Amino acid sequence: MSEPAKDRRKERLDRGIKVRTDGIYAISHWTEIAYLLTPRLLFIVGLLLAPVILIPFPYWQRVLSIVCIFALLAISFDFLANYVGLVSLGGALYMGVGGYSAALLNSHFGLPPLVTVPVSTVLGGAICTVLLLPCLPLRGVYFAIVSLMFPLLAGRIIEALDVFGGTDGIMGVDGFSSGWVEQYVLICSVLAAVFILRRMVSEDVGLVFTGVKDNDQAVKASGINITTYKAFGVFISSMLGCLGGACLAHIYMWAGISQFALDFSIIPIAATVVGGGGTLIGSVIGCIILVPISEFLRDFGTLRIAVYAIILTAFIVFKSEGIMMYGTRKYEQFERWVRI
Amino acid sequence: MNQEPLLVVEGVSKAFGGVLALSAVDLKVYPGDILGIIGPNGSGKTTLVNSITGFIQVDRGKILFKGRDITNMKPHKIADMGLTRTFQVMRPYYSLPAFKNLIVPLFSPRARRTGGWRGGGKMGSRDTVAVDILEEIGFERDSYIPYKTASALPTGYLKRLELARCLALRPEIIICDEVLSGLSMSEMASMVPLMEKLQMEGITLVMVEHRLRELFRIANKVVVLNFGCKIAEGSSDEVMESKEVKEAYFGSEEEVFSYV
Ligand SMILES: Nc1ncnc2c1ncn2[C@@H]1O[C@H](COP(=O)(O)OP(=O)(O)O)[C@@H](O)[C@H]1O
Ligand SMILES: [Mg+2]
Repeated sequence: MSEPAKDRRKERLDRGIKVRTDGIYAISHWTEIAYLLTPRLLFIVGLLLAPVILIPFPYWQRVLSIVCIFALLAISFDFLANYVGLVSLGGALYMGVGGYSAALLNSHFGLPPLVTVPVSTVLGGAICTVLLLPCLPLRGVYFAIVSLMFPLLAGRIIEALDVFGGTDGIMGVDGFSSGWVEQYVLICSVLAAVFILRRMVSEDVGLVFTGVKDNDQAVKASGINITTYKAFGVFISSMLGCLGGACLAHIYMWAGISQFALDFSIIPIAATVVGGGGTLIGSVIGCIILVPISEFLRDFGTLRIAVYAIILTAFIVFKSEGIMMYGTRKYEQFERWVRI
Repeated sequence: MNQEPLLVVEGVSKAFGGVLALSAVDLKVYPGDILGIIGPNGSGKTTLVNSITGFIQVDRGKILFKGRDITNMKPHKIADMGLTRTFQVMRPYYSLPAFKNLIVPLFSPRARRTGGWRGGGKMGSRDTVAVDILEEIGFERDSYIPYKTASALPTGYLKRLELARCLALRPEIIICDEVLSGLSMSEMASMVPLMEKLQMEGITLVMVEHRLRELFRIANKVVVLNFGCKIAEGSSDEVMESKEVKEAYFGSEEEVFSYV
């Protein structure tokens, strides 16, 4: 950024496509349609082509799957925090519940991955929602803390009671039939999650969620049960996490206590901060940046966390709006210097 | 009046720690009433509204709405029955445009059952009904104001938005917690006919107020609270003449006229 001089200032002009409110566009010409669709298509086509581009690098194909799993968690966090107003650190809980469900369904009932994944998504979502139900009246940091206790507890309980394979976990889980299935199941899930949720939050139900976040008293005074809506929000969000967890169990062909690891709660939040909260796509972009970095840093061992912390701090200090907001602004507005 | 009362409050008491915010308050609201509730600051008016609408639990007493016991029921259930309220501290959904604020109540079970304000939700889209309500309540339809983000609206419009939120539910009673206070003279001048219009539409109003002149003009009965006790009740004139009221509420006799 150049030095702000005294006799000039930066002027920002909208590109003149957006009129009235968000989401209502007056489109007249194909160039304008292209202008609007390009970023979306770039995102979709880019993700869909990524496994093909990465054919020469099988290791990075696997990283791509992990990126998608974290992206699901990050979308789940972003949705719950920025659209429903519940800051949940329960990512690890969703991962664990999803992973163990898929592993159990597969090893005990012999169901194939393409069945266990959707079943554990819904079943796991329901289990997590029931677990979090008593905490729904809590707000802000209290909800965050309690949601963090669950994954910690779950790991210890499995260890102490020696259920579900105890510390060894559940081994011998089937993998996906091929790497392609693995990657495309995940990529399609991420795309579906982003676009379905973005659609939903602008529908009338989505406005009720916004209402719960902005001011739950007024929602109550409107004759709406906020607990129902919060539970619904938690269900959607934990389904996404469980979907990721179920896929992870099939990728590693194993489910164990490490699926309740705090990384699954923390990294999605970092990704949302980096990418820009409240956009859903931003959190995916955040994962695309952070997860590969974390792979690069694997050699540094625990120093990884330090590097992470520095990146995160830098983002909060210098670009607190997140990449997504910054990019949107640059894309939709002209900027120029004008003399005063 | 030989009608059944719509809302009955019987001996309601509420203490916050050592402060007795309400002590054995009785109240009856009949269909079509505009009941005024007045009292100095801290006399328990808002606490009474919160008790009736389920936002706080009462310690003692009973509240009946349409003959049903609603004491300590959940706020959303009470609202669902048609007993709605505004908040003294205005609570719009700040990040949404004004008309989108009304989508929330229009999406509520009650509005979907009844069609919302004048049953409009059964015919048009919720967005249209929302703008209809806002127009009814004094937002200029063809201006940009209904589309403006709630955080950018001036106080007068926010007060109206509070009322609009209640109307969207197609309520039987609206309890207004100080909708007139904080308004300019001209804003108030337009609110009074609005309240009268709502009464004509068959909505019963309970108006908790500080501003006496406007309230006395439209209320057909006034209840006076002081230190959580009901100290007087009657028509505007009777209340104004009552000695206890002059002493408790106005401090001294002369001051009455500076208020009214
Ligand atoms: N949530 C609360 N906690 C403690 N005290 C309260 C609370 N709400 C109200 N009070 C007290 O109850 C009394 C009545 O307050 P309120 O009903 O707000 O009066 P009004 O609306 O007539 O100005 C005041 O003394 C106030 O301090
Ligand atoms: Mg008050």
